[in-house]
Amino acid sequence: MGAGHAHNLYRAGDSPVHRLPPHCKLVAVVLFVLAVVATPRERFWAFGVYALLLAAVAAVGRVPLGYVLRRVVVEIPFVVFAFALPFLATGPKTEFLGLTVSHSGLLGAWNILAKGTLGVVASILLAATTPLRDLLLGMERLRMPQLLVQIMQFMLRYADVITGEMGRMRVARESRGFRARDVRQLPVVAKSAGALFIRSYERGERVHLAMLSRGYTGTMPVLLDVRASRAQWGAAALLPSAAALACAVAWFAGG
Amino acid sequence: MHVPDGFIDAPVSVALGVVAAGGVAVGLRGARRELDERTAPLAGLVSAFIFAVQMLNFPVASGTSGHLLGGTLAAILVGPYTGVLCMSVVLLMQAVFFADGGLSALGVNITVMGITTAAVGYGLFKLLAAVLPKTRRSLGAASFVAALVSVPVCAAVFTLVYAIGGTTDVPLSKVAGAMIGVHVLIGIGEALITAATVSSVLAVRPDLVYGARGLVRPLELRTGGAAGAAGVPGQAAAPSSAAQV
Repeated sequence: MGAGHAHNLYRAGDSPVHRLPPHCKLVAVVLFVLAVVATPRERFWAFGVYALLLAAVAAVGRVPLGYVLRRVVVEIPFVVFAFALPFLATGPKTEFLGLTVSHSGLLGAWNILAKGTLGVVASILLAATTPLRDLLLGMERLRMPQLLVQIMQFMLRYADVITGEMGRMRVARESRGFRARDVRQLPVVAKSAGALFIRSYERGERVHLAMLSRGYTGTMPVLLDVRASRAQWGAAALLPSAAALACAVAWFAGG
Repeated sequence: MHVPDGFIDAPVSVALGVVAAGGVAVGLRGARRELDERTAPLAGLVSAFIFAVQMLNFPVASGTSGHLLGGTLAAILVGPYTGVLCMSVVLLMQAVFFADGGLSALGVNITVMGITTAAVGYGLFKLLAAVLPKTRRSLGAASFVAALVSVPVCAAVFTLVYAIGGTTDVPLSKVAGAMIGVHVLIGIGEALITAATVSSVLAVRPDLVYGARGLVRPLELRTGGAAGAAGVPGQAAAPSSAAQV
């Protein structure tokens, strides 16, 4: 379970975006998202600017549009909520596509759709151009507590193992004729969850023993030191500073 | 109900980010007390477990299915601090890598789904466990109630956050009604699966259930061949001790 984790989130490549140090990209994405969230929702053009910025990053990083679109589906529950908003919110009514809907609800729906989608796309681009392991190293460089980074490393490394174990338990259940049809089958699902917990926990104990026997003292050795040059920070700052500029203009100059 | 970007305004998002960071810091210190140097591998594996179990869908009614949130379950199984830590790690991973839940809303998500559920769920569980008789059935009942209550409380906390920093002006009563109403239903599913999971772990490895430490007797190896033979506590080795360090 060491190597060869082909996480389909990451798209291997060698573009300027791929080459940037992970912590620079993390900071850039978080600042970008904050700028987007802080933008007044009536300034429609600003969101166009943000979308263009992300499109530019995707183009430089050679992330195909179709890939991004396929992964945007995580957003769907909130899109449903956003579409309900114009009918739920109160306040002055307005005509939109032949329907009478709440004006502020319409704006609210737009707000969630625009900001939510921009945030999702920014995260997708980050994960598509940075290997997960490197992102964790980046978090460590950003002074995230060591213990937390270690926990995340373990989670990432074993998520596939545990998910695979769960998949095998499902196959075993179903090959014995089990099908979850309604609430009455819940105890079976819960017993599987219980068994999965015990297996995960015991695996954790074995992993810990294996680590101890290899000389673990509570910290992990740093094998790859990622440093960022001034130029790399500068390149990474392009996205959030452009977004911050758009945000500032949106606040002070109006639309 | 991972909150996306833009749902809660920027100042409140940042403020709750600070709250969440504080909660995670407390969780880190507490987890070290609960697990000492085994923290990293065990909390990591438990996080992977929560991550996997959130994919476990169960049918609710008329074709819809729900999935476990796992906050209360994690707190009862591995302790409140480790539970908060594991939930936070799962939420962080989901936001950064899977774009599930906005990065700017991470503080909101961790505060509502991680800290609130673990605190309410575990507190209630301990309270009930102290009052009820010390049997496996009553511990199952305690975890049922704890999970049942924790989900609507978490929805109520979200409504509160929304009242302070919401970006849409849907009347608060409507949001509260819808959120809490829906989450009472989700809470029932969560409660059933939490209780059944806790009971099944209690039956096999009671020593692993953090919330039940000192409340249940260790398992006994029953020897003697004949049906209904009494346990021999003196010579019995709990099956669990073999796996322990």
